[in-house]
Amino acid sequence: MEGPPVLYIDRHLVHEVTSPQAFEGLRLAGRRVRRPEATFATPDHNVPTSDRRLPIADPISKQQIDTLRANCREFGVRLFDLDDADQGIVHVIGPELGITQPGMTIVCGDSHTATHGALGALAFGIGTSEVEHVLATQTLRQAKPKSFEVRVDGALAHGVTAKDLVLYLIGRLSTEGGTGYVIEYTGPCIRRLGMEERMTVCNMSIEAGARAGMIAPDATTFDYLRGRDLAPRDFDRAVAAWEKLPTDTGARYDRVEVYAGADVVPQVTWGTNPAQVTGIDAAVPDPDSFTDPNDRSSAARALEYMGLVGGTKLVDIPLDRVFIGSCTNSRIEDLRAAARVPDILTPGQRCASTSNRNFEGRQGKGGRTHLVSPAMAAAAAVAGHFVDIRKWEYK
Amino acid sequence: MQPFTTHTGVVAALDRANVDTDQIIPKQFLKRIERTGFGQFLFCDWRFLPDGAPNPEFELNRPAAAGASILLARRNFGCGSSREHAPWALADYGFRAVIAPTFADIFFNNCFQNGMVPIRLDEADVDELFRRTAAAAAAGGQYRLHVDLRACEVSDDAGFRKSFAVDPFRRQCLLEGLDDIGLTLRQVDAIGVWEQAHGLPPVAG
Repeated sequence: MEGPPVLYIDRHLVHEVTSPQAFEGLRLAGRRVRRPEATFATPDHNVPTSDRRLPIADPISKQQIDTLRANCREFGVRLFDLDDADQGIVHVIGPELGITQPGMTIVCGDSHTATHGALGALAFGIGTSEVEHVLATQTLRQAKPKSFEVRVDGALAHGVTAKDLVLYLIGRLSTEGGTGYVIEYTGPCIRRLGMEERMTVCNMSIEAGARAGMIAPDATTFDYLRGRDLAPRDFDRAVAAWEKLPTDTGARYDRVEVYAGADVVPQVTWGTNPAQVTGIDAAVPDPDSFTDPNDRSSAARALEYMGLVGGTKLVDIPLDRVFIGSCTNSRIEDLRAAARVPDILTPGQRCASTSNRNFEGRQGKGGRTHLVSPAMAAAAAVAGHFVDIRKWEYK
Repeated sequence: MQPFTTHTGVVAALDRANVDTDQIIPKQFLKRIERTGFGQFLFCDWRFLPDGAPNPEFELNRPAAAGASILLARRNFGCGSSREHAPWALADYGFRAVIAPTFADIFFNNCFQNGMVPIRLDEADVDELFRRTAAAAAAGGQYRLHVDLRACEVSDDAGFRKSFAVDPFRRQCLLEGLDDIGLTLRQVDAIGVWEQAHGLPPVAG
């Protein structure tokens, strides 16, 4: 039985939610972790946002973190534990510590693993059974995906950010436009983005259905990685190899879409998936304006959940909460426009969020989430409703 | 893994597109460290009213869906989070197959690891299955489908018969209930050769 190609995995990132059953599977089968030194673990989903010197109040959360700790000890996996200065959201610390490097294959039991593609790695999310497969074999059976070039020409306007860009792209590609593909983001607009902005773009590839999104490494990438704890010691030699990674000029992709950076205005989602999005200067769409019956019924359901009616201008929507965080936008540059961070919304509460998903109940049952950029969230926090950040004094 | 060869069961129709894994199993139920016991939380926010009673409006709670083992849904089923808890919850509830026009990639792969077949059919065929399920419910009955993984076919007793495509390796693993880690470990020497060629130290032990 031939089967799909066996892909070698260079780095495996592990967190507490999607790994316990995988380690248990190894134990039951008497298997070990093939490459503990290529495996890095951190608890990042059940971490209290309050004082973490205190015991974790929820016994089940505590059990999950304790289990990760015990598994790492038993299988020899390096753990960045709660009290470790390097602990953090796995998709933030991977690049920050230099674990993530160009040209690597990287997997994690988490759909936002595509974040690491910002450094020119092939990085994607996997299920727990696949986590177990990688732990045991350091490989994954993986059919070759199709390639998709998303080129963005020009530059973003003042006040428009990487988050607006990726929401705009998802709005055009739909929630499943990238299914079966790996996206490569190319073009001058992408090249101008800093490393954190590139991570924001790649992070949300999964919201367009693509398991992985990547950006070819360049001077921005190399400058970012230089001096990181786990970056290669012979850095110049590594750079010489990384410089050979970008896609050849004239290479053919299975699909190509071209956009103009100048067309992107600050984005706000109005529905319950990230493709239900529009510009801040627009209004909530009328469900009847959609020709596809699925889109129409999805929009109608979404507006009912969101407590919105078609035709309402986005700037007229009042907000109860603002959330700045998540693996998409929780980096220091995002937090400089800091706001009070609520954990959970109560039913009917409306929140401007820098998160990556506006699914029903994602931020608490009945909570209504609008996805926006950190700058838009901060401005909304000041105004109490959505505002067009481009019309503000914005430094 | 539980093998899958053929299965006949009641169809539950979930007439929604973009059903995400947060809906299939909300995040507050991801804290268990076992693979079992997630069925009670399946579609929790939709399935139950705030007081915990079953929501009679929800598709799976209707009499036509009682005892269902085949889930019928719209496109992009299983999008969002990679949590394998979603197929665990569906399988634990009793589903053996999910039929939709399209699936999210990670969910699609995860199903095969859990003895459950994700079946892609054309949108028109899925429409037809929704019609047949609704007609059976309107007559006070239930709609049944027969899934044959050996023949790669979905059929009913009233003339519906469609074949579906499935990766031959995944199909074989599912038919025989094979452990794919065991299969990959048969190639462990080749993996070692690759590692050596790429400058990695030999694996200890």
